[in-house]
Order: sequence, then structure tokens, then C-alpha cells
Amino acid sequence: MLVKLLNTLLMVVVALSITGVIHRTRAVLAGRRGTRFLQHIYNVNLLLRKGAVYSTTTTILFRIAPCVYLGAALMAFLFIPIANLEPLLSFHGDIILVAYLLAFSRFALILAAMDTGSSFEGMGAAREALYGALVEPALMMGLATLALFCGDSSFAEIFSEGQVLDVNLTVVLLLVAYIFVMIMFIEGGRVPVDDPKTHLELTMIHEVMCLDYSGIDLAMIQIAGWLKNSIFAVIAANAVSAVLCFHWEFAAPLAVLGAGISVGVVESLRARNKLSRNTTYILTISALSALVLLVGFLLMQDIKI
Amino acid sequence: MEMFYRTNNTASTIAIADIPVVEYEALYNDLKERMTDSRYHVAHYFATEVEAGLKFYMILLDDQTGEVLVTSFVPDYYAEGLASLTAVHQQFHPFEREIFELYAVPFDGHPWLKPLRFPFDRRDKESTMDSYPFYAMEGEELHEVNVGPIHAGIIEPGAFRFICDGEQVLHLEIALGYQHRGVESEMLRNDNRLRQTLIAESIAGDTAVGHTTAFAELVEKLAGVNVGDDLKRERLVAIELERVAMHLADTGALATDIGFQLYQVACEALRTVTINTTQAWCGNRFGKSVIRPCGSNFPLTEAKIATIRTNMADVRRRYNEVREDILESQTLLARFEQCGLVSKQEMEHIGGVGQAARASGLKRDIRATHPSGFYAGEFGHTPVLRNDGDVMSRLATRMDEVLQSIDYIERVLKDYKPSEHIAAPDYNAPLMPNALSFSLVEGWRGEICHVALTNAEGAIAKYKVKDPSVHNWLGLAIAVRTEGISDFPINNKSFNLSYCGHDL
Repeated sequence: MLVKLLNTLLMVVVALSITGVIHRTRAVLAGRRGTRFLQHIYNVNLLLRKGAVYSTTTTILFRIAPCVYLGAALMAFLFIPIANLEPLLSFHGDIILVAYLLAFSRFALILAAMDTGSSFEGMGAAREALYGALVEPALMMGLATLALFCGDSSFAEIFSEGQVLDVNLTVVLLLVAYIFVMIMFIEGGRVPVDDPKTHLELTMIHEVMCLDYSGIDLAMIQIAGWLKNSIFAVIAANAVSAVLCFHWEFAAPLAVLGAGISVGVVESLRARNKLSRNTTYILTISALSALVLLVGFLLMQDIKI
Repeated sequence: MEMFYRTNNTASTIAIADIPVVEYEALYNDLKERMTDSRYHVAHYFATEVEAGLKFYMILLDDQTGEVLVTSFVPDYYAEGLASLTAVHQQFHPFEREIFELYAVPFDGHPWLKPLRFPFDRRDKESTMDSYPFYAMEGEELHEVNVGPIHAGIIEPGAFRFICDGEQVLHLEIALGYQHRGVESEMLRNDNRLRQTLIAESIAGDTAVGHTTAFAELVEKLAGVNVGDDLKRERLVAIELERVAMHLADTGALATDIGFQLYQVACEALRTVTINTTQAWCGNRFGKSVIRPCGSNFPLTEAKIATIRTNMADVRRRYNEVREDILESQTLLARFEQCGLVSKQEMEHIGGVGQAARASGLKRDIRATHPSGFYAGEFGHTPVLRNDGDVMSRLATRMDEVLQSIDYIERVLKDYKPSEHIAAPDYNAPLMPNALSFSLVEGWRGEICHVALTNAEGAIAKYKVKDPSVHNWLGLAIAVRTEGISDFPINNKSFNLSYCGHDL
């Protein structure tokens, strides 16, 4: 039980820190000192104490969407172990549940965006739906590769201490980590697919869907965003630590620093994709994960050349 | 009969009596032929009230010879309407629309006779800004996206109505005219020259030096004052500093819009150095108060010249590094190249001017074709030209012009000894009565044209302002056709046109 609590606590710390690392990395690369490390938490805390304003054209759907969005993300969050620790919840086949919980949270936000009737939000919802559908194969095949290696379909079992992986699988596992970092970029609405800093409604994807939200609703959406980021960051870090050093003391800092610094560096040093190029970009990730799955499968067959 | 009074940008004021008054039909036929040659474009076309009804003035520029062609006509009071020039040459469209909304002159066959600035139509009072007749398309697959007139962030009002097929823009209509500051009528409210100077300075906040220079040159022509070379030299420094600052800001803004933090912060830092240099000179970062008619309150001193030269050398070195990096950055080029194409032919049709026209290969630059001030004579300005007409070439012209402008500043300040001959501004110089005076200045956006008519007492009786944005807004609408709607912001930024310069 203590292990489960430690895991949950660590996951929360990871989720809260990634955004801080991103901001700090961006600030350093811009030659600025940057805000406090915990500034994003203060901001959300401020939002939590505010009431929300609702447009008269919206329905109940719009009001419950943030709760569904946060609830689904939180649920998925509780299934993720950090390296050798145990998650709070676990059962056989929970990787499928996690994938669909994430899809469900997206679905809720898309419905809410359409509910506002704004042309911007409709566009954002259409983009989110498209990119969500395109990134799903990558997520599924990435999870399938992990499941294949470990012969189990729950996160707890996949990343359990007993799993000692063949050294042959090193490259494949590193690629799986890369795929999950990419999925984090896409799901988290980060450059090069989306730009969370932009003020231009016409170019937004994730941000535009939240334009009508304020106060506590906005805070819930932001917290859910942190949770989702941490899910992918931790899976990626687990895959890397399975190769190097399978221990939570290594995996947890790796998740924070790896995710935070990679996002910060990419956002500082490159431009966003042209929106029409995003589909190709995401499909490339899916193609890579299909390749990884195939290579992993062949390696598992223990074919000697 | 000669159709036009031929003059140039440095010649003195024209007596109204010298401007030929022609028949509209003859002028129409002449222009129909003449304007097919891209060496000509219209700089100003407006109407003014006279006893006989309305008198129309038109100013055309000939880029090849540097001549300015001025003509006028007085249509019959009971005439039914005028044949629209826009129908044959699109570049007349903002001018005819303005005349239409101010004086209800119907232009027969005008394809786009919509309000330009005012929220209602004089002929049809039911028509207001709220019922602006936006162009519509029918289609199951199409949807309309309206942006504005109130925008996120601190920009001015303007409505953008997109008709899209999915992500692709089929048509963009830009409706401006939400601000009514009454610049032109304020100019006439009283004849206090200082007050008029301050109004000219506020026509467009980002072109303070450009518009004030236009006003000052116009007044000096009317007053018959020939300011010395030293003052002209200092004005060149001021307007080039403004160009450097704005182009730097736009380079940074373009980087911001594609989420490229590195170039954004680099350019913001350089812009700050530049505008602070202007502030060190005249106390205002945007160059307000540096230009005054017939003189200057802030003649350059040894120390100020040294500051400007060191700072600009520093900016040049650092910006050149940014520029070389930008030209090699694949992710940036992937966004900007082949995006928002405006061909040279389209630029000619809409009468495009300034940096945007030069990015499409159309050589329109007042400093080269109709030079005045220190640009005239031996100066020999060669405009920066690019032929692609996409966002990248608009950025590239900006980047090259920054370096060129800094070189000009260095060139004119290198051996310059601060002058004792610069007089204090003169706000009371008597103006020539019954005259028309115009001034053409190449601001950072392009050709600024101010025109004034004086009455028998020598007071300004009509003042017309034209910001280059009036020509170029249509260019933006053309640029985004068939582009993705998410590329609108970078196109908009690559033109960076003025709302208030258009709305007045």
C-alpha cells in the first residue's frame, strides 16, 4: 500500500513539475530569468478561486465537459506506475482503458467546443478530432509493443520489477520512448503541432477549444493537461529506464527533465508546422510505431540470422 | 489640350489656376489607355466642394520619369453619374468608394461600391456597419469565419470575413472603417500650424515620422521655404531609424506567429535598442517631435551622432546574424516560402506600393522614383527587390531594407558635423493662397501622400491624407486566397498594414 501511495505522490509531483521545467527551459534559451518555478500552480490556484462565466448559447454539456475531461484524465493517471513502483489501480487489460479514457476526455472537450457555436471553436474541434484520430494508432501500437515484450496487458505488470528484458530490445525500447514523447507533444498541444503561447485564434488547436472557459473550469482543463502530459512522460521514462536502470529514483526525475527540457528546447528552436503538414507529421509517428511493433515482434521470435 | 499639369516631387506648389480642368470623358479615355502601363499609378484622387458643385483632383505618378501628373475636372451638376474607372483599373477602387460615400457620386459600373470608412451609405441610410454587405458564397461545404472587429490583444478594429472550404480560404473580405477620428477635418478646424503638426504625427502611431515629414514638406512647399541640406539630412536619419525599428519589430512578430521564440526575442531586443536611440535623440521612442515644419527642435549634436552611429552599428552586426540564421532555418522557410503569393501582375492591378509591392517585384519606391529631401540629387537610392511575392520575400525585403537603412544612416552621418544652421521650427510662415500642394514620402510601409488646397487667404481649406495601407489592404485579401486559414496571421503580419492610417 505504501508503495502505491508513494507512486501516486510521485506522479503528482511529476505532473506539477513538468510545466515548470518547460517554462524555465524556454526562459533560459530566450536569455530571460523566467518566472517562479511554481508560477503555473499559483496561476491555477488563482483560477480555482474564481467563479466561471458562461455564454448564454451554451448548454449543460459545456458545463460538465471540464469535469469529464479532468475526471477521465485523473482516472487514467492512477493506472500509471513509475518504474518499479505499483500504481493505485490496476487490472488485466488496463492499457486499453487508459487509451480510451484519454480519447473520452478529448471527446468531451470537442463536444463542449461545438456547443459554444463559435466558428473558431468549431474549427479547433475539427482539428483536434482529426489529430486525435491520427495519433491513436501510434498510442495503441506503442502500448502493444510494450505489452508484447512483457506478455501482459496492464501497466503494473508491464513495468514490474520481475521483467528483465533482453538486451536485444534496447533500441526498440528507446524508440518506444521517443514515440511516447512525440505523443505527449501532440496530445499536449505543443510546438510543432500546436502552440500553447499563441494569441491567434485561427491557428490554435487545443487552446481555441478552451477560449470560452474561465475560472474553475479553465483550471480543471489545465490540471487535466498536466496529468495527461505526465502520463506520457512517465511511460516514456519507464521505457528508457527499463534499458538503463529500472528504478523509480531514476525514472521520476527522468520523466520531469526529459519531457520538460525536450518541449522547452523544441519550442525555442523551431517553428510550428504549417497546419496542413501536421497530418503527415502525426502519421509519420504512427508509421514509426507500426515499424517498432513489427521489429519488436520479430525480435521476440528470436530469429537467428 | 494638355490633359495634365506635369511637375515633380521637389518642385514648388502649384497654383490651382494652372491645373487643367478637363472633361471627365476625355480623362476617362486617356486613363483607360494610360493606366495599362505599370509605370503609372494613382497616388490620390479626391473630390472637394466648390461653388459649381464638386471638383475632382487626381494625382498620378510616373515611375519612369519621376513626373507627377496633376489634373482636375468638374462634372456637370446635373450629371447622372460618372463611368467607373475601377471597372477598368482596380487601383482606383478605394478612391472612388471614398468619393461615393462622402458625396454620393454614383460610379457607373463600379464592381465593389461598398462603404470604405463610414458606417452608413448616404444614399441608403438603412445601410450601416452592422449590415455591411459582406460578399457571400453558396455551398453545402462552405463555412464563414468572422474575425473581429474586436480582436484579441491590443490591435485596432477591423472585420475579416473568411469564406472557407474546410481549412482552405476561398475568399477574404476586409471591412475597415470602425474608427472615425476625423483627421482630415481636424486639420482644418483651426489654422494653428503646431496643432496641425501634432495631428499629422498621430495619423498612424507607427509611422509618426513618415506622416510628419509628409506634412512638413507640404507646408514648406506652400510657404516657399527651402530648408537646408542639414535639416534634410537629419530627416533622412529619422525616417530611416523608423524604418529600421518597424522592420525589426515585424521580423520579430513574424517569428512570434510561427511560435519561433529564438528570433522573436532576438528581434525584440534589437528593436528596443533602435527605438531607444530615437528616444535619446528627441525624447520619444516613436520619433514624435523630431520632425517640425521649417526647422527642428532637436538638431543633432556630436554626442547624439556618436550614439546613433554606435547603436546602429551594433544593431546591424547583430541583426545580420539573425538574418543569416533565418535564411537557413528550414522550419521557418517551410512556413514562409510559397505562402501568400501575390504576383507582380496582381500588385500592379491593385496599385500596390511600398515594401509589399517590392516583394512582388514591382519597383515602387518614392525614394528612387520621386525623391525629395536628402534622397534627391546625388543620393541614388536603389530599391530592394524580390520577385517571389510570398511571405518569405516580404520578410526578406524587410531584412534587406534594415541593413540598407542602417548603411544610409551611417553614410549620411559619417562626415557630418552638427550644423549651426538648423533653425527653430516656424509655425507662422504664410502659405501661398489658391494653391495645391502635395508631398510624397516613402514611409516604412510605402508611399505616403498628403495633399492640401489653400483658400484665397492662404489658409489650408482641404487636407487629404493617404496612407500606403489604403492601396495594400486588398493585397492581403488576395494573398490569403487558397491558403490555409491558419496561415492568415503570418500573411497579415507580413504586410502589417495600418488600420488607423486607413480609417483616418
